[in-house]
Amino acid sequence: MMPRKAPINWRGQLLGMLFAGPYLVGALVFLLLPLAMSLYYSFCNYNMLQPPLWVGWMNYRHLLHDHVFWRSLVNTLIYAAISLPFTLSLSVLLAVLLNTPLKSQALYRTIIFLPCLVPMVASALIWQWLLNSDVGLIDYALRGPLHLAGGVLAGLARLFGAASSTVLTLRNLQPPVWLGEPRWAMTAIILMSFWGVGQTVVIFLAGLQDIPKDLYEAAEMDGIGAVGRFFHVTLPMLSPVIFFNLIMGIIGSWQIFDVPYVMTNGGPGRSTTFYTMYLFDNAFTNLRMGPASAMAWIQLLIILFFTAIAFITAKKWVHYA
Amino acid sequence: MKLRSRLLVHFCLLLAAVAYLGPFLWMISTSLKKESQAVQMPPQWIPHPLELHNYARVFNSPAFDMSLYARNTLIIALLAALGSVLSSSLVAYSLAKMQWRGRNVVFGIALASMMIPFPVLMVPLYRIFRQVGWIGTNLPLWLPAFFGVPFFIFLLRQFYLTIPKELSEAAVMDGCTHFGIWWRIMLPLTRPALAVVGLFSFMAAWNNFLGPLVYLTHQSTFTLPLALQFYQSRSGGTTYNLLMAASVIVITPILILFFLAQKTFVRGIATTGLK
Repeated sequence: MMPRKAPINWRGQLLGMLFAGPYLVGALVFLLLPLAMSLYYSFCNYNMLQPPLWVGWMNYRHLLHDHVFWRSLVNTLIYAAISLPFTLSLSVLLAVLLNTPLKSQALYRTIIFLPCLVPMVASALIWQWLLNSDVGLIDYALRGPLHLAGGVLAGLARLFGAASSTVLTLRNLQPPVWLGEPRWAMTAIILMSFWGVGQTVVIFLAGLQDIPKDLYEAAEMDGIGAVGRFFHVTLPMLSPVIFFNLIMGIIGSWQIFDVPYVMTNGGPGRSTTFYTMYLFDNAFTNLRMGPASAMAWIQLLIILFFTAIAFITAKKWVHYA
Repeated sequence: MKLRSRLLVHFCLLLAAVAYLGPFLWMISTSLKKESQAVQMPPQWIPHPLELHNYARVFNSPAFDMSLYARNTLIIALLAALGSVLSSSLVAYSLAKMQWRGRNVVFGIALASMMIPFPVLMVPLYRIFRQVGWIGTNLPLWLPAFFGVPFFIFLLRQFYLTIPKELSEAAVMDGCTHFGIWWRIMLPLTRPALAVVGLFSFMAAWNNFLGPLVYLTHQSTFTLPLALQFYQSRSGGTTYNLLMAASVIVITPILILFFLAQKTFVRGIATTGLK
């Protein structure tokens, strides 16, 4: 910051703004103007063909009574609440494994990173095929173990005198119709998010390499085992990177669109209709720009809310060296 | 490390590798099968007979003009990469190395805007691009990149801040203009960082789905991901051997790029996490 009283060097000022010019224009045209327009539209009845008509809070009020809106909001929250902790834990675990000095380390790293390179549309197609309920590979792989587990459970159930219908159900344990049953379709999409953790893993790997070696040596001298070192050295030292990935994850999980759009198109029922999908539907299928814009602003506020919570709680668990 | 724990790590990584690589292998395997073998139970990993013809069918399908979509995607991705590199580095230089009032405000806006995902701005952006007649063209997909991408501005600013002041001061003494410093000193010095920006930007544009879905209206302008989805919805999702062949075709260029630029990739991702 320049001191308050320093006279402005007009030439420098102009030149600086000229260099930053692309973004000054860009921020105005592609960020601030759209934000203002979106706020205005959210109070309007607008289909892009006729000029916007001011309707006050109507769009927001209608959304409150729109069960699909709530469904998409809850679906997205469920997805984020389950997928985020699991993908973060999995990434830390994989990063620690991949940080172990092994000859085949580079190969393993590449393999785990590969899925991140694939366009989401292609990933969704691959998984749709893997999860196919008649001839899918996963279905087939699950049949044997489920049959075995079912048989054992049925035997146990009969031993404890369970109803014969229960015994029968257990004996006929089948893999789920993944994309055909509401709960399983959501499960499938969450499971698929585990496949794309490569980028997060690489960020964690970089974080791990920044942890000073002597911390581990000191811990070892004190007789702390490998598990203890993980919880008392690795996790605290990694917490700023975990925080970064958490924020990215919060913002990212609100954008989930490609995979459910291709894999389930929001179904069955509305079980995998996510927030961005319903916003897209409102805007470009039904040409209801008002509710779509209201949804955009609600989304913005929700993201800000969660990010703020992350930042506030960060003081408690993020350790900056 | 003890042999036992080393074996344990190996075992875990082997399991992970199977889970992460398996879907790719299954995709390739299916893409080389006859339809009757693709739906056979129990599933078979080795295609017999080898149906290379699947790829020819995808290439020749009227609904999937591969070379056209590849060209469309490449043009958008290259322009987006070029735009991001030029504009973001210029803006980052101004924010890091030039003295002017308001630059901290501008940097603050850039930082805050990273929290605003594209879907939030989708409707008004569509409206703006419609006003200027760009809907149905590829302009909305690459032109904004020429106006600075906040994430890359942030990244490059960090790099420029690490370059000692003396360097640019000496250049000014020698009569070098700011433009000269940026072009002749900063750009060459930060080539690795610029490569990261170019690569990430290229990848993001290549894999983008929602953007093309919103802005592109004619099939002749489609990008590969959009075309793939279109191909799937047309074929009713039944002929998985062809769908997998199409997926292989869409994935291959990006995998080749990755193996050519692997070091840049890993360094880039690592940097983004730490700054």
